[in-house]
Formats: sequence, structure tokens, C-alpha cells
Amino acid sequence: MSSATETPDYNYEIVRKFTLATLFWGVIGLTAGLFIALQMVFPDLNIEPYLSFGRLRPVHTSAVIFAFGGNALFATSYYVVQRTCGVRLYSDKISNFTFWGYQAFIVMAALGYVLGVNQSKEYAEPEWYADLWLTGVWVAYLYVYMMTIINRKVSHLYVANWFYLAFIITVAILHLGNGLALPVSLMGAKSYSAYAGVQSAMIQWWYGHNAVGFFLTAGFLGMMYYFVPKQANRPIYSYRLSIVHFWSLIFIYMWAGPHHLHYTALPDWAQTLGMTFSIMLWMPSWGGMINGVMTLSGAWQKLRDDPVLQFMIIALAFYGMSTFEGPLMSIRAVNALSHYTEWTIGHVHSGALGWVGFITYGAMYHLVPKLWGRERMYSTKLISMHLWIATLGIVLYIAALWPAGINQGLMWREYNDMGFLVNSIIEVVVAMKPYYMIRVLGGLLYLSGALIMAYNVWKTIRGDVNEKEFAAEQQGVAA
Amino acid sequence: MSWSNHEHLEKNAILLLLLVIVVVSIGGIVEVIPLFRKETVIEPVEGVRPYTPLELVGQNIYIRENCAVCHSQQIRPLRDEVVRYGHYSLAAESMYDHPFLWGSKRTGPDLARVGGKYSDEWHVAHLKEPRDLVPESIMPSYEFLMNNGANLQGLGDHLKTLKTLGVPYTDEMIENAERDAMTQGTSVGKVDTSGLEERYGEDVNARDFDGQSAHLTEMDALVAYLQVLGTMVDFDKAKDVESFGQVEEAQLEEPAEAEEQE
Repeated sequence: MSSATETPDYNYEIVRKFTLATLFWGVIGLTAGLFIALQMVFPDLNIEPYLSFGRLRPVHTSAVIFAFGGNALFATSYYVVQRTCGVRLYSDKISNFTFWGYQAFIVMAALGYVLGVNQSKEYAEPEWYADLWLTGVWVAYLYVYMMTIINRKVSHLYVANWFYLAFIITVAILHLGNGLALPVSLMGAKSYSAYAGVQSAMIQWWYGHNAVGFFLTAGFLGMMYYFVPKQANRPIYSYRLSIVHFWSLIFIYMWAGPHHLHYTALPDWAQTLGMTFSIMLWMPSWGGMINGVMTLSGAWQKLRDDPVLQFMIIALAFYGMSTFEGPLMSIRAVNALSHYTEWTIGHVHSGALGWVGFITYGAMYHLVPKLWGRERMYSTKLISMHLWIATLGIVLYIAALWPAGINQGLMWREYNDMGFLVNSIIEVVVAMKPYYMIRVLGGLLYLSGALIMAYNVWKTIRGDVNEKEFAAEQQGVAA
Repeated sequence: MSWSNHEHLEKNAILLLLLVIVVVSIGGIVEVIPLFRKETVIEPVEGVRPYTPLELVGQNIYIRENCAVCHSQQIRPLRDEVVRYGHYSLAAESMYDHPFLWGSKRTGPDLARVGGKYSDEWHVAHLKEPRDLVPESIMPSYEFLMNNGANLQGLGDHLKTLKTLGVPYTDEMIENAERDAMTQGTSVGKVDTSGLEERYGEDVNARDFDGQSAHLTEMDALVAYLQVLGTMVDFDKAKDVESFGQVEEAQLEEPAEAEEQE
């Protein structure tokens, strides 16, 4: 392995930039989410035309997935690839371009939505010009990443890098495949998707489900495979499980898209394939979870007082939960009830807030002191506070939307003795109100947690250490 | 296979990259490519036509305002949905939608067959202020559509683009796009609609939709689009043919007889 005793001159500057961007967009995305959640309780908060629910919803989803999640993936992948390859990130210039280029894409996309430029394809709303720009940025990302790997000083490529690599290349394939469109004119924003109807639906959900599978899962698993062992100071539980986990996950995920289209005009054979592979997906997902959690075996006591590790393990618990729930919802009979309802929204958020959010927070708390050359975060207590406030927020959120969705589905299909439908649509809307209010509260708590983190990070960067907390700890050691 | 064989991949990044590409491509190829043999995917039905230029402008407003995040356009063959919304959606009915607008969430009702169910006046009043008609509604208000002129400029280019992508617009339709849009949104009797009807069929809704006869607004376009949704296929006529594949519980009951309260 690497025999060099002196640390290579890593490019931390770029990682710092992406880290700050992650925190910034996280707060923006969560605030947007809170606002549209409020709009569903108080419709007067819709400020037409620019700030109506329809236009703001993609601002929220893009900001949390692509801005918060994307920047976190850039930050951690650039950090991990340097540390595990023992070499400085390839080309400061190009990596710097990926930073500014990616931020420009986010701003371009969000401005478009608010001004009424979007393709109405979920998680692929940006119009052709923004898509094209993103393609350029993404190719640069792949190039920087690959060149760094190729220049590596160690012979074996660490497992985290397999996941990051699969994430980068597959997102490129998905983006190009789904984004194919013909602009009406080169001077205008409007384009028409190359696909129509059934084909358009299948390709969109092939993309959409794998945006979850590769952007929100494979990429963040890369994060997990590096930061969990690092924080626990233990090797990953099983090397063989990593191999099985990796190949089965990336193979099976790509088939799961059609479960978004049960009972639609999509041919039955495709729906059945999608359902079958979705259920199979349960296994690799739990394999990954087990690999992460069991890394702590023999070191469970570390979990007691390290809130950063707690973040990571709770993240894995949510990962396990939502990857069990997903296959369940992909079964046709369950989907008949759950599709079109709030249950789907609850499911997505247990994955996004619990898994993606928490593994990112864990990684960031690990990273920030290292990147800015501090010994530790400003306050461990504040990390703990963030953890519990955010966890409570998630619990409120999902505990509201699961029953909301089931209730909604049951109300839609409720018949009376005479064989007539019992509920009108608006009665179901009214029944959702209490759940929507609890959701707002959950979102507010989760956002508060992120603000506590922002404060903690800001203090750490300034070089402050919480004296009282630190002194108490020193005393504890002395005693 | 021995575990140590995996080492080759861990030592050769290019090989790893290529193998990843192969592995992730299989699922998509198997599921997507066969769908382009359209004759096996889309059962032909009579009546589905490309949108008129005004309806297309309306659909683009529907896309711009992202209506699909709260309203689906895909009725599943489940008993309650067929009773509530009408015949389950056929593949042919969205074959000219670039992209599809089936949606994934029903905060409000499905709109696949909303056409003809309510009057123009109802739609206009409801879009202007949903809570005037449905006090508990949480839908945003779209009054500004009344004040925005429908943008017809370059509408022919839109049709031409769609034609390139396979929508059967004729040269004549492309040439007359702007005029046809104007004609469709003008009060009945004030303008000759024979050209429009010749191109898009006699059933095309041609009238002043929003009650402001002096202007062709975005409200006109959106309501024209909503009023055509789900109305192209005549299911009474098709019933004799009975060619629409298997129905789950759906046809145990005659959809039309079970009226639900609004």
C-alpha cells in the first residue's frame, strides 16, 4: 500500500467550497419545502404567478436533491477520492469549473421554474438549455474523477469509489436518455420531449427511479462506505458483502422503474418486471445496510457518546426502513392503494430526510474540522441537539403522512351499502388537513436542526471552541 | 468465480467503468426498447387526434404551471376510479403528449376525462378563485391567466417541432396554426370555423371560453385544453367492438349509472 509518510498536497479548497454550498442549499431547499407544506394548509400563501405551489414544488425537490444532495456528493467524492487514492485531485481548473458550473445550473433551473420554464417531468424539470449545460459540467466531473483515480498511488480502488463512479456514469446515462428533446427554436426556452405517452412515461420513470437509485442511493452509499468506517475507526464489516452489494444493487435498480406505473397504460409485462425486480432489490439494499451497521461490531460503545456516529447509524436504519417499504409499495395490490396518495410522499421523505440527510450530516460533521484544520467541531452538544430535533422532525413527518396516505386511499375507494362511492374528492382533501399540519411541524423541526448545524459549522470555521463544554470534558477526563 | 478475481476490477478503473456501464444498461434496454414497437403497445382507437393549436397552448400552460404535481391524467382500471372518473385511460389517449402528463400524485382529482364535465364558466370561475366554488379547496388561484394574452407567436414552429417528433400535423395545419388558434377562441358565429373543423374534425370546441370576447387569453387556451381532455374517444361507439383488453373489477358495474356527489 502507500508507503509515503508525508501527506500529499490534497486539494481541500474545492471540498470546502462544495461543503459550504451543501449547507447553504440545504437550508434553502428545506425552507422551500416548509413553505410549500404551509401552502397546502393555507392556500392563501400561494403568491401567483411566481410563487404558486406548482412552480415552487420543483424548486424544493431540485434544491434538496440536486443542490443539497448533489453538492454533498461532489464534496465527499472529491475528498474521498483524494484520500483513498493518495493523490491530489486532478486539475484545479477543471474541478473549479465543476463547482461554479454546477451552482450555475442550480440557479438556472430554479429561476426557470419560478418564471414558468419547466418540462413537467418530475426530477427532470429543467429545460433543454439547462440540461445541456449540466451535461458539460457532468462530463467534466467524470473526467476529473477518472483522471484522479488513474493517477492513484495505491493499487486497489477502495469500495467507496466504485459507488461514486457508478453514480457519476449512470446519472450521465439517465440524464442523456431521459432529457432528449427538440427545442422549438434555439433562441427560446421551450422544447418538446422526444418521447410521447407510454414511451415517455416509461423512460421518465426509468430515469426517475434511478435518480433515487443512483443519485440518492449509490452516491450516498459511497459516502457511507468511507465515513462510517472512518468515524468508527474500524474496517468495513465484510469485503465480500461489499462486492455482492455493489453489483447486485446497480444491476437490479435499473429494472425497478415501472413500479411507478402500475395499472396504467404501460404494458403489463413491463409492470410485472418492474415489480419483480423491486422486490429483489430489498436484498442488496439490506446487504448494504448490514455491511454499514455491522462495521460497528466490537465497537458498539462508541455509539453511546458520539453523535456523529449516531447520525450515520440512524441514517442506515432509515435506509433499511425505506428500502423495505419501497419493495412493499411496488407490489401491485399495495400500489393500488398507495399510488397517487401521501403515502408515497411519506416514503420519499423517510428516505430523503432520514437516509440522505443524516448520512450527509454525519459526513459533514466529520469533514468540517478536518477541512478547516480544527481539532473538533465547536460544540458536540449542538450536534446532539441537531440529531434529536431532526429525528423528532422526521418521525412527525412520516408518522403523519403514512396514515394520511392510507386514509386517502381508503376514502377514495369507500362504498356504501347501495354500491355508491361515499366520499367526494374535496372531502378527502379536508380529511388531510390535520396530517398536513403535523407535517409542517415536522418540517419546521428538521429545518431548525439544519440551522443549528449551520451555526455550529460557522463557529467551527471561525476557530471557536465552546469553552464551557470543552472544560467540562477535560475535567471529566481528569476525574 | 473466485473472490480474488474481483481484484482485476479494483486495479483497473477503465475496466470497472466499462463493466458498470454494461451492467446498468441491461434493465433499461429490456424494458424500454420493446415499447418502441408501437403496434404492440398502443391499441388503435378511433378519434384520437393531435391537439389544436389553441389546445396545445393550453397544454403548455398546464405544463408551465406544473398542474401535474397535484392532478393525474391516468385512470386506472379499478372499480372506484372508473366509477368516479370514467373509462380507464388508454395508451392511445396520450400518444401525442410530449411529454406524458400522467402525474404521480392526486392532491386534487384526476383530470384525464374532465373535458365536457363542467361548463366553461365553471372552469373560469374555479381557476380564478377555486374557493369561490369549493370553499375547502387548497388549489392556488390562477386569475392572472385572464390578463395574459395567449402567446400565439411562432405557434407554427411548435407544430412543426412536434411533427418532427412524430405527431401527424399536416403542412396545412402548420401554416394555419396561429389563425386556427384565433378562430377556436372566438365567439360562436363571429368567424368562419370551417377551416378549423376541416383540419381537426367537426367535434372541435370553438367558442369564446373565458367570457372576454375581445381578447384571446391564456385562460381561453387552458380551458380549451381542459375541455378536450378525455373526449376524443367515443366509448359508446367503441363498446360494440369490445376490444380493450381485460378489465379488472372495473366493468362489474356500469360506470355511467353510479353518479357520485360532486
